Amino acid sequence: MNYNVDEKGYYGEFGGAFIPEMLYPNVENLRQQYLKIMAEPSFKKEFDQLLKDYVGRPSPLYFAKRLSEKYNTKVYLKREDLNHTGAHKVNNTIGQILMAKRLGKSRIIAETGAGQHGVATATVCALMGMECIVYMGEIDIARQAPNVARMKMLGAKVRPAKSGSRTLKDATNEAIRDWINNPVDTHYIIGSAIGPHPYPDMVTRFQSIISEEIKWQLKEKEGRENPDYVVACIGGGSNAAGTFYHFLHEKEVGIIAVEAAGLGVDSGESAATSVLGKMGIIHGCKTLLMQTTDGQITEPYSISAGLDYPGVGPMHAHLYKTGRAEFIAVTDDEAMQAGMVLSKLEGIIPAIESSHAFAILETRKFQPEDVVVFNLSGRGDKDLDTYIKYFKL
Amino acid sequence: MNRIHQKLQEDKKILSIYFTAGYPSLNDTVKIIQDLEKNGVDMIEIGLPFSDPLADGPTIQASSTQALKNGMTTSLLFQQLKDIRESVSIPLILMGYFNPVLQYGVEEFCKKCQEIGIDGLILPDLPLDVYQEDYETIFKKYGLVNVFLITPQTSDARIRQIDAASDGFIYMVSSASVTGSQDGFGNNQETYFERIADMKLKNPQVVGFGINNSETFLQATKQAKGAIIGSAFIKFLTQHGVDKIGDFVKGIRK
Repeated sequence: MNYNVDEKGYYGEFGGAFIPEMLYPNVENLRQQYLKIMAEPSFKKEFDQLLKDYVGRPSPLYFAKRLSEKYNTKVYLKREDLNHTGAHKVNNTIGQILMAKRLGKSRIIAETGAGQHGVATATVCALMGMECIVYMGEIDIARQAPNVARMKMLGAKVRPAKSGSRTLKDATNEAIRDWINNPVDTHYIIGSAIGPHPYPDMVTRFQSIISEEIKWQLKEKEGRENPDYVVACIGGGSNAAGTFYHFLHEKEVGIIAVEAAGLGVDSGESAATSVLGKMGIIHGCKTLLMQTTDGQITEPYSISAGLDYPGVGPMHAHLYKTGRAEFIAVTDDEAMQAGMVLSKLEGIIPAIESSHAFAILETRKFQPEDVVVFNLSGRGDKDLDTYIKYFKL
Repeated sequence: MNRIHQKLQEDKKILSIYFTAGYPSLNDTVKIIQDLEKNGVDMIEIGLPFSDPLADGPTIQASSTQALKNGMTTSLLFQQLKDIRESVSIPLILMGYFNPVLQYGVEEFCKKCQEIGIDGLILPDLPLDVYQEDYETIFKKYGLVNVFLITPQTSDARIRQIDAASDGFIYMVSSASVTGSQDGFGNNQETYFERIADMKLKNPQVVGFGINNSETFLQATKQAKGAIIGSAFIKFLTQHGVDKIGDFVKGIRK
């Protein structure tokens, strides 16, 4: 079984490029160029250098001793929370801004939900001196004020998406419309492993540095490259894609994707796409997505703004469908408690997205000798407000 | 022969109007179609509303959102249209995004279209290669003309490919834009219109996006066979309701 993208842009039955003709020239150009550009020695050199000196890679692989004792298994944390800007998102934006430069683009657009990808995009645009416009749902702008301020300080223009549900999916629609209106000078930096081919593959490759590092870091610590399990939370799925990438074809490695169940999978307020989704088309790709029987895309819910996307990246849809990955849905409450446990036991306040991944330790039993690597995709600073309200701190 | 082919053979410039089904009110669909025909419109695009219309500007987005709120669904639209051929004879095209069609079942959808007397489909996010590989046979089986879009950025080679794959007309997007986002045509459009005319394509072209009055209609149809008006008509419906549709059409074709 192949878990990577095929030459036509599909992961099994998922993926492809379902885009209006207006986007075809840009997406097709990107499709023809992206692998070539990524393979150029000068590109690799610049990418690696920036990841090292600017982002602070490699991010540590940390053996969480107290967490391991509590759950009686060997827990490692991949510390993407220590990256510059506080999450894994910057791995992709660094890669894509270098790509945009080589494609001769001078203007950058992006969508953002919670604001993490927006901040990571605004950051690299400041770094490269490029114009940056970030689309963000009107509702998200109101509830993520610190990230809006960050983007502004970094020189980006934040434009509200006022249509539809005024959250991430609508911000993505607005970014796509901007690209239709500005086809010549603009590159669209998509923040997750979604969108028309080649985006899911390109984003996954930029994020795959996570699993590449896990391999050699684990070799140093455990004498073997492959853990028994890798675990990551999943919304659109960029941190999960990066965490899984180099293990997809390593049969002995169990892959666990943790979705946001919100108030509960059957509550009507959930973002557990693998359970609630059906095959359909969203933002240019065929994948599992939450929709009505009539094919209208519905609004997901999660306490975590980074996980409430109604679709899931096509690679993950394929991993789910083929049974290669185990999907577990975690509720708001379970995630919040897990965030508290990690804070108290390890002195690390995780992003609520990442907290979802840790929550499975309560229910999913591992063997004492199992090596379980969790991707700690982001830090919790941005979520302090939510933690304060939830725990009445 | 399909009604679209017949209409395109007529020695005149085609005026085609788009509206969103279920807007302004849920049950306006049939009346709008009948009034458009009565007032001399040549062809109609009936918009199947979608929650995430990513090629549309604010006007059509808002009409889609409202239509969905009003309760429009694919099945209901088919039900509203079931007797439409008793009163209307001009070509009718369904226009929408691919996901609702996919969920309905592509073959079921096409079959239903044929039963009703729909002549063609415009699904902007159904790409050429996927259409040819998976759906062309089905569309043709039910006598449906599939219409592709081209834009000023579409390469000559790609246009030739689309021309070869088309059997009806080519929807020529006037500029790099979503629907309803510009006023008037400039030099860029003139050059583009001429470039396409010089290509001598086998399919006639119908220009859409940015046509909102008699002047832009004339400009667009100087070389092309016809033009499609969408956002401007939706705006008119928002302001004047469904009782003065004749005024709108007369304003375009003076």
